[in-house]
Amino acid sequence: MWALRGLRDGVVTTRWPAKADPYAAAVRGPATVVAPADADDRLDRLCPTGAISSADATVRLDQGKCVQCGRCVAARPDVFGWTDGPAAAALSRGGLVVPEFAETPDRLAALRYGLKTRTAALRRSVHLRHVDAGSDGTEEWEILALLNPVYDIHRLGMFFTASPRHADILLVTGAGSRGMTGPLRTTYEAMPHPKVVMAVGTDAVSGGIVSPSYATTGGIGGTVPVDVWLPGSPPSPFAIMAGLLLALDRLASGGDHQ
Amino acid sequence: MSSDVMMGARPSGDVTALWDDVVAAVAEGHRFAGLFGTARPEGLVLTAHLAGAEGVTVAETVLPVTATSYPALTRRLGAAFWYEREIADMFGVIPQGHPRPEPLLLPQPAEGALRPRPGEPGGPVAIEPDPRALPLHVVGPGLFTIPHGPVRSGVMESIEYLVETPGEDIPHLNMRVFYKHRGLEKRFEGMTAGDGLLLAERVEGTATVAHALAYCHALERIAAADVPWAAALVRVLHAELERLACHLDVAVRLADAAGLAVATARFGRHKETVLRLVSRACGSRFGRGVVVPGGVSRLPLVSPADLLSDIGRLEGAVTADATALMGTASFLDRLRRTGPLSPERAREHGALGPVGKASGYSDDARDVRPYDAYPTLVLQQPAPWPAGDALDRLRVRWDEVSQSFHLLRQVAGELAQAPAGPLRAGCDVADGRSVGWAEAPQGEVLYDLRLEGGRLTRCRPRSASFHNLVLMHELFAGDILTDFPFIEASLGLSVAGVTR
Repeated sequence: MWALRGLRDGVVTTRWPAKADPYAAAVRGPATVVAPADADDRLDRLCPTGAISSADATVRLDQGKCVQCGRCVAARPDVFGWTDGPAAAALSRGGLVVPEFAETPDRLAALRYGLKTRTAALRRSVHLRHVDAGSDGTEEWEILALLNPVYDIHRLGMFFTASPRHADILLVTGAGSRGMTGPLRTTYEAMPHPKVVMAVGTDAVSGGIVSPSYATTGGIGGTVPVDVWLPGSPPSPFAIMAGLLLALDRLASGGDHQ
Repeated sequence: MSSDVMMGARPSGDVTALWDDVVAAVAEGHRFAGLFGTARPEGLVLTAHLAGAEGVTVAETVLPVTATSYPALTRRLGAAFWYEREIADMFGVIPQGHPRPEPLLLPQPAEGALRPRPGEPGGPVAIEPDPRALPLHVVGPGLFTIPHGPVRSGVMESIEYLVETPGEDIPHLNMRVFYKHRGLEKRFEGMTAGDGLLLAERVEGTATVAHALAYCHALERIAAADVPWAAALVRVLHAELERLACHLDVAVRLADAAGLAVATARFGRHKETVLRLVSRACGSRFGRGVVVPGGVSRLPLVSPADLLSDIGRLEGAVTADATALMGTASFLDRLRRTGPLSPERAREHGALGPVGKASGYSDDARDVRPYDAYPTLVLQQPAPWPAGDALDRLRVRWDEVSQSFHLLRQVAGELAQAPAGPLRAGCDVADGRSVGWAEAPQGEVLYDLRLEGGRLTRCRPRSASFHNLVLMHELFAGDILTDFPFIEASLGLSVAGVTR
């Protein structure tokens, strides 16, 4: 009976990234700077997590701290706007700052090459392990969504595994609760080489609005070496998928990705 | 919201008199809704919450600054079991006579440890949890412990269950919940009301809207703000969509535990449909940024007519699959008589949300202490399910799902006719203290907050997950290891809301 029921609605699975998906293009990412603006303290004060900074003459926004509250977009739509689409991840913490710093491209190419050589052997058999280091619970929902028939990451050759011994990519969520520092470290060390770590969500990247607190470390970067930084509060399933493909250097293959 | 919070301040230091009041109120039919501490210059304030038809009553007393212990309430009222352990963690004050006074959220050595002391300005920069402060409890010959967590086999939140077993039965279960404690109560302090709202939305992210509502209700109560009608409708819209998503999530987990691949996929898809509807309506898949003090930030970006047709389609699909699931004998066999909670225990503990309702105990805030648009909308009252097992907990969820669809259709209809006008009432609060509540998918959420000079000096979120999870200790009468995932999923709780 369930077998027939499963056929009822035909194929509901997205073809992204091979084909464009309207929801992937529309899903909201972190805030961004849409027009260059001069340094201004009043802009800095708009942000509850200190993501906006006028330290050097131009206003910059650190998407790794953005909790997508939208205050800057509402107050100064001439300077700030939303990024649309799933391309939110970066290969360095500094790469999440917009407008980007001038020296980034070279370093980025080096990072990309390093990651590519590490992950090339994985091909289409990539095993994922998740560890919650103090999330608010939403990141787990968005990661689990990758298994539903709409996203179905099995089609991309990616699978979740129970044991860190079988895992290639570690997805870490949460602001880095001190109680999870040990278990996170142990999980990381139990993984075989080559291994890749992805910080999933603004909390994991920087601690978001949860840190600073006596019980968190302000993101997980100090506990395990992060390769892919994905902001979002929480990041959408498409953004997580895009982050995984970025780690594997499989994003250039097409789709509506910028 | 009906009436003001009654302040039952007791003479300083007279804890026994406060407990007398609390126990008497519970005997008269009030529900014990929580207990917490606040460090104030005059001493440690102990605050108990009592829920009734008139609202949530606050009863409190002050322990002298020099006090290092107080007589435990748990001896007289078992529901305070975890609450008093949390007070010991936060302040280092010992509840004398507590049956098990060991750490819960913040394991630390018994003496000389740093404590967060919420309510007091400043505080430690970092506190490292020390798991050695937690004893192991294996007793009896032939028993061994299966540590299950904190990193578990699936994509799950971090928690550790120590299952003590002679092989297959589960005579005793121990929970270690401290792993993802984030210290949020201290983090609230010093924040403006607006920043505090962003944090409240992240206390228990899968119940974002309910937490935002309870938090804003407390502010609105201080400001005596009346939420405009259209805004009240939008609040109900998002609260009920959140309920649908959470209940569908439980269906996914239960179907997955039973190995029903197609059912897992179908309910996973329906849940995705709900989250997409939420994101089309407000930009966030979890309804973040919708609820603001005094009202809502904007009307849904989806027209009422589109809402109505989307809700209708979804209801048809969900109902058909739910009916099929409840007709799958192999699935029902796994749930029937699994993880039973007796009606007596549910009432005694004041079990919240679907967990309470499945044991014949219901104290739904939408019905008993209604807020926003709920007093005007028709809330269908389903027949009770009294068996208290995992199956009845799922039946209660399906009842709540159809209740939500009914409410959503009413909201869409009302929104189409709602007059244009402001969506926010003035709600600027600089000083004051109040309690707000909302019915999350997991059960009632409470916020007790105090503002001084425009800044939060204390904010205490109490999620249904915290109140209910302690019951997990008692649910294993005759159940075996393979029942574990069903029992856990049937509670439908979020660890983030437990540990904060």
